[in-house]
Amino acid sequence: MKFVRRHLLTAYAIAAFAYLLVPIAIVIAFSFNDPGGRYNYTWQGFTLDQWRNWDGVPGLRDAMTLSLEIAVLASIVATVLGTLIAMALVRYGFRGRGGTNVIIFLPMATPEVVLGASLLTLFLNVSVVTFGFTTILIAHIMFCISYVVVTVKARLIGFDRSLEEAAMDLGANEFTTFRKVTLPLIAPAILAGLLLSFALSIDDFVVTYFNAGSEVTFPLFVWGAAQRGVPPQVNVMGTVIFIVALSFMVLNVLFQRRRESPAQA
Amino acid sequence: MGFFHRHRGLTPYLLLAPGLVWLAVFFLVPLGFLAYQSLQSGTFDVGYAFDWAWGNYWDALQRYHAWLLRSLTYAGLATLLALVISYPLAYWIAFRGGRWKNLLLVMIIAPFFVTYLIRTLAWETILADQGPVVGLLRDAGILGDNGRLLATSTAVVAGITYNFLPFMALPIYVALEAIDSRLIEAAEDLYASRVQAFLRVTLPLSLPGVVAGTLLTFIPAAGDFINAQLLGTPKQAMIGNVIQSKFYNLIDYPGAATLSFTLMAAVLVLIAVYVRAVGTEKLTG
Repeated sequence: MKFVRRHLLTAYAIAAFAYLLVPIAIVIAFSFNDPGGRYNYTWQGFTLDQWRNWDGVPGLRDAMTLSLEIAVLASIVATVLGTLIAMALVRYGFRGRGGTNVIIFLPMATPEVVLGASLLTLFLNVSVVTFGFTTILIAHIMFCISYVVVTVKARLIGFDRSLEEAAMDLGANEFTTFRKVTLPLIAPAILAGLLLSFALSIDDFVVTYFNAGSEVTFPLFVWGAAQRGVPPQVNVMGTVIFIVALSFMVLNVLFQRRRESPAQA
Repeated sequence: MGFFHRHRGLTPYLLLAPGLVWLAVFFLVPLGFLAYQSLQSGTFDVGYAFDWAWGNYWDALQRYHAWLLRSLTYAGLATLLALVISYPLAYWIAFRGGRWKNLLLVMIIAPFFVTYLIRTLAWETILADQGPVVGLLRDAGILGDNGRLLATSTAVVAGITYNFLPFMALPIYVALEAIDSRLIEAAEDLYASRVQAFLRVTLPLSLPGVVAGTLLTFIPAAGDFINAQLLGTPKQAMIGNVIQSKFYNLIDYPGAATLSFTLMAAVLVLIAVYVRAVGTEKLTG
């Protein structure tokens, strides 16, 4: 009986993994499909044409470039702002902590369509900026900050403060201590926040959709293409993004394992 | 440096200021504008004017309660399905994963590495009329000869479930992983059957993860409009689709703003009810 149950659970887990991974396999497979017509829905035959000719669809390269630019800038700014907030929240007692925590939590608890719509109404009513690069960037920084705060906070809470005290005792001032002791220790969490922001930004559709004006990011390009028939080159891009993200993630796992192993020995 | 020593109390505020100002200006203030816009009346041609038009909310509920209800139903169903799929999976990884745990976790979040719209389009391929799933179900007699999956509620719920599943699985895994296995052994030493040990030790201890996962799945699911757009028809339209088309096609800003707030209020009320019913009692108990 125990034997059956043990394997029942394993079988369930394998089925669940299949459910999670089959759509990804399809995205990758269809980047090698030779659709013939406009619709890349049914398997017609293997080809490498799309990979060779990845730039063959007008607008795709520009959309990808814009997405990358926004993702780089948004993740850097959000990581700096979020890390500072996390430092304040973990390190200092101050009036207004509760309120600060609520303001950090709320954007994560708000449906994206509301985030996008409210920013749109702001930009419509206060016409200081024109819709486009700036508004997309502003929006992306906004929704990334909270995730950075949460990520960095988790690391700072488990932080051994005596290391900093030791540095101060040895005559380092606050900035030197931060630069030479604190920063290297929380660097993995900052990096995690940066990568998470990057991923959130490059994948965002809803908020961008409301605030992009006539600019087209990669997800917006896919949205537009979906109305007419998606070219296989979109699958090529999707596959590339997938492989890059997966590599970062696996590297991170392996890196952590190496950091942990000496401690266990 | 002297400045920082003399004004130590200021330091946290200086650290907070840039980020909080950003969130205030681009998150809180916009919500205010949305509220303001939702109480305006008029038309696009003559212009909108603010006149405390509370009637907008009444109109929104009367005209769009079906869409709102559908959104909450789809989101609820998807959340439930995600829970049913993820809990055993997370359990398996936490207790049977051994040294592969971290790599198995990467497999759980792998869907997030594929652009949201692209992975939804992959479901379009899977569920298409010529696709393998429909063929199989037709052969098995579950679907009629003309039965479809694409453009049905099933497809929309399946898409939403898939898209937000990692949000459910991860918090459950974290909660299960944190359980001290000696507690379960103790229960079994005290003659609890495996089922009893699970129901009375493991499950209650994993409940915070279930609550977190439920919220993280339900909130984005309720506001989603991509799955309904790509996998459904106007008959499956959710409240997000209505908000989107009011902004873009109808240029009815007050109407869109009203619906946005109604959605947010509905979600917040449901969350409050849920956390009160499941959360506080068992979380703190």
